[in-house]
Amino acid sequence: MKKSIELFLTFMKIGAFTFGGGYAMIPLIQKEVCENKKWLSEKDISDIVVISESTPGPIAINTATFIGYRRAGFWGACMATLGVVLPSFLIISLISLMLTEFQNYKPVRYAFMGIRGAVLALILKALWMMFKSSKKNVISYCIMGVSLILTAFLRIDAVFVIIGCGLFGLLWSLTAGKDRKNDTA
Amino acid sequence: MILLELFLIFMKIGAFTFGGGYAMIAMIQAEAERNGWLTQEQLVDFVALSESTPGPLALNMATFVGLKTGGILGAIIATAGIVLPSFIIILIIAKCFEKYKKSKAVGGVMSGLKPAVVGLIGAAFISVARTVFFPSGVSFAALSEASFWVFLGIFALTAMLAFKKIHPIRIILLSAAIGIGAGYGLEL
Repeated sequence: MKKSIELFLTFMKIGAFTFGGGYAMIPLIQKEVCENKKWLSEKDISDIVVISESTPGPIAINTATFIGYRRAGFWGACMATLGVVLPSFLIISLISLMLTEFQNYKPVRYAFMGIRGAVLALILKALWMMFKSSKKNVISYCIMGVSLILTAFLRIDAVFVIIGCGLFGLLWSLTAGKDRKNDTA
Repeated sequence: MILLELFLIFMKIGAFTFGGGYAMIAMIQAEAERNGWLTQEQLVDFVALSESTPGPLALNMATFVGLKTGGILGAIIATAGIVLPSFIIILIIAKCFEKYKKSKAVGGVMSGLKPAVVGLIGAAFISVARTVFFPSGVSFAALSEASFWVFLGIFALTAMLAFKKIHPIRIILLSAAIGIGAGYGLEL
């Protein structure tokens, strides 16, 4: 019980202070979970990153569930996940109430106009980061191009694109021989 | 019924979002269009809002869309939907972690998924760019609108800052200030 409450509080803190999600959270998780609580070693963190990359869902939730389970079994996983979700749930609820109230004010409308340009820039940055971290070979470029065209222009459901590319990767790695290196990292 | 639909749709999104929240923008956009949840502008605004509040994009999106379409209960249901798939999958993996880590099959699937995610984010970029630069359809006429050039200027400036590793919140605040300035200055 005490373990579960501690998990809940720690992950609530992580959930409340990580902006931007994704890899931005890793340093904070590292500090809280490795240095302060000593729940995991530094090496475990890199394992968790590998798992989060290869499973669906936000990295914050994956990490919370994983660490919670390791510390205190199923209920630990529940408490840690709940903890990491709660702050953003509350904050978003509050903000969307305020937004309905204020969105017709001129300054607010102008501010959001400006922000739209910035969102585009942030997506471009994310695109570049993902591109940089993926493999540079013909097959990989082909998958990028095909999945882009399928979703952006042919309006194919992204779910099918994900399934298709995953299957393709699996079949390719099976047929291309056993000496191909495992590249989850 | 709306609640069940919300739950299922967000569970689907939760189960197929790899490589961070940006890859799911394309999916959310398609669902939002199909179900009439949000306009494209609202969606873009919401990505910004989500970047300036703590927590992962996917989670914030689910809460927000749930709240808009089904009230507080809708928010809870949609959030639960997006969390559930990763929760279950991680529980399974936590049990057989060593095997999973060394699995060739996982490596193979990932070698296909990673570039696909790049493509999905590229698709998100294109559709958001369309919404931002050409709100009333792609045409040359849009080029004569002052707002087009304001957006282009803000995009160029913030892109430069983003690549210089300035924190997203600062970039969003700056762009909001420019938006207010340009809005009043040009009487948009």
